[in-house]
Amino acid sequence: MRFLLRRAGFFVLTLWACITLNFLLPRLMPGNPAIALLAKFHGRLSPVALKAIEIALGVNTHESLWSQYFSYLHNLASGNLGVSITFFPDSVSSVIRGAILYTLGLVGVTTIIAFILGTLIGIVGAWRRGGWLDSLLPPIFVIGTAIPPFWIGMLLILVCGIKLHWFPYDFAYDPSLSPSLTPAFIGNVIEHSILPAIALLVTSIGGWILTMRNTMITTLAEDYVKMARAKGLPSRRIMLDYAARNAILPNLSGFAMSIGFVVSGAVLVEYVFNYNGLGYLLVQALDSEDYPLMQALFLLITVAVLIAILLADLVTVILDPRTRAAR
Amino acid sequence: MAMIFEAAAAQSAGQLPGSTEPGSGGNASQAIGRMWKAIRSNGKALAGAILLAIFTLLAIFPWAIAKDNPSAEIYKASLGPSTAHLFGTTSYGQDLFAQAVWGTRETLIIAVVSGVLSTFLSVIMGLAAGYLGGAWDSVLNFITDVLLVVPTFPLLIIIVAYLPKVGVPGLILVLVVTGYSYGARQLRAQTLSVRSRDYLEAARVRGERRFYVIMVEIIPSMTSLIVATFLGTAVYNVLAAAGLQFLGFGDPSSVSWGTMLYWAENNEALQTGQYLWAIVPGALIALLGAAFVLVNYAFDEISNPALARVPLSRGRRLNPVTNPISIYRRLSANRSS
Repeated sequence: MRFLLRRAGFFVLTLWACITLNFLLPRLMPGNPAIALLAKFHGRLSPVALKAIEIALGVNTHESLWSQYFSYLHNLASGNLGVSITFFPDSVSSVIRGAILYTLGLVGVTTIIAFILGTLIGIVGAWRRGGWLDSLLPPIFVIGTAIPPFWIGMLLILVCGIKLHWFPYDFAYDPSLSPSLTPAFIGNVIEHSILPAIALLVTSIGGWILTMRNTMITTLAEDYVKMARAKGLPSRRIMLDYAARNAILPNLSGFAMSIGFVVSGAVLVEYVFNYNGLGYLLVQALDSEDYPLMQALFLLITVAVLIAILLADLVTVILDPRTRAAR
Repeated sequence: MAMIFEAAAAQSAGQLPGSTEPGSGGNASQAIGRMWKAIRSNGKALAGAILLAIFTLLAIFPWAIAKDNPSAEIYKASLGPSTAHLFGTTSYGQDLFAQAVWGTRETLIIAVVSGVLSTFLSVIMGLAAGYLGGAWDSVLNFITDVLLVVPTFPLLIIIVAYLPKVGVPGLILVLVVTGYSYGARQLRAQTLSVRSRDYLEAARVRGERRFYVIMVEIIPSMTSLIVATFLGTAVYNVLAAAGLQFLGFGDPSSVSWGTMLYWAENNEALQTGQYLWAIVPGALIALLGAAFVLVNYAFDEISNPALARVPLSRGRRLNPVTNPISIYRRLSANRSS
């Protein structure tokens, strides 16, 4: 319990640090790019929207840094994230709402598949150590983690998209369709996400394999596993119920954490495929110097990760009794 | 994605013992000598080391095999591969082979310099937090923890976006600040575990200064963990720098593999049939990353006795000299975790 309280304290402190970082970054940077930006939009934005951006970025005000800080916090607390400049006059929150589902779908599902496949390969690899599967898959996929995912994406576009016409490789859905919950549209989205999903899978599976395999190898040397063998239990049962069940803890808490990273999307992969999720949105915001959108995205991403980390701690405490006693 | 890998690696490496037994004469140069011996006995490590050596040579002597100026727009545009232009030319009439060879330098410099600097920062932050304890520990550890959980790549993008124009030094600085935290955390844990050991107590009783204790007694005992930290950071920095350059941050007029990809994407190289423009730099980035990963992967096997290769029960016998387990025993007899 004390452990969880301490983690909750860390959560609040980190959240505060990130919000403050978000506040300070545009004010600390040399030559304040925001001033040039505001000049560009003068007359095109309503005075209210302009004021909101000024507060968010800290320009044209005669207020002290402190009162700027408090009005910034107040705006955040009341959910006023400002107006997007790229997608004017849409508000930042509505722009994010339009993109978040695509990222959650693509990166979320890919993360789950990578976790399951990687863990299974890790289990079997450690169990049949030195066998053909163990000498083949872990090294290949671990090297895969060193390949830029966006480059794999480019190769897939070239081979499976341009040359073979197997899959579409532009945007999250066919622009002639309008987003709806019909089977036709969902099928179209799935079709569009296959290539980016492969690019992400190939490069992310190695981490899961390596962690699972290495932990499992340590677990297999434990006395209770030897005991199980001595008792003559079926080997499938030893592998899954004795070794893997204990060895999966690091992977599980890693999984809980990576659920948080799902929201940060796969910036570069989404960019290569023009896949209109949050990562692509972030790049667009940068290209058009859309600071309100950028700040909101960064905040959203950080909060998601923080919640996931809190979740990961909770999972560990629930699943591993040792952590309850230790702290 | 790299971050997920990092998070996963954080956990696998968490069980990695990183300390050598100080009593058995473990000074840094000896430890490195033993590591070198171990690298030679491991196929993966050897492959990685050879790749790294080739890239280093290319970075130092690019003119030896590529005579062309990589930026000069002097040839016919968009030529296919030929004997005169091994990889063809860009839409601007630059020789792609020359760009690929000369690009090694900047890419490798970013990887190695930012890797070394952030490892250095990890050591300072980790050791200071772990050894000084108290309020120092709380403050330093909090900073590290925050940087550890903030998603690195979006943060990198945003910082770089606010900076008006970053060249290589700016890129390296940002990579160092955002990338040191994971290593610092591990080194702090390791420091905490050795802090109350007898040999440190002995040094304190002898009246040695803190600086001496840290430099002479603690750091050498962590050589293998420090090397592992460097390798991990280097891989991540290769990928992160390539990603940033691919998005057009950094200096688009410089010659590096990331900027090559940026220009290839901007000129729709894939759609216009100039495949090599996009394929070559990406493949080189992957090779460089793979070289670091291979050394790191083998390093895991070498320094963690549980992972060291054991022969299958009916398998071949291992030569006792090249058996990584025995090398490891000498490398680090002392496990703390």
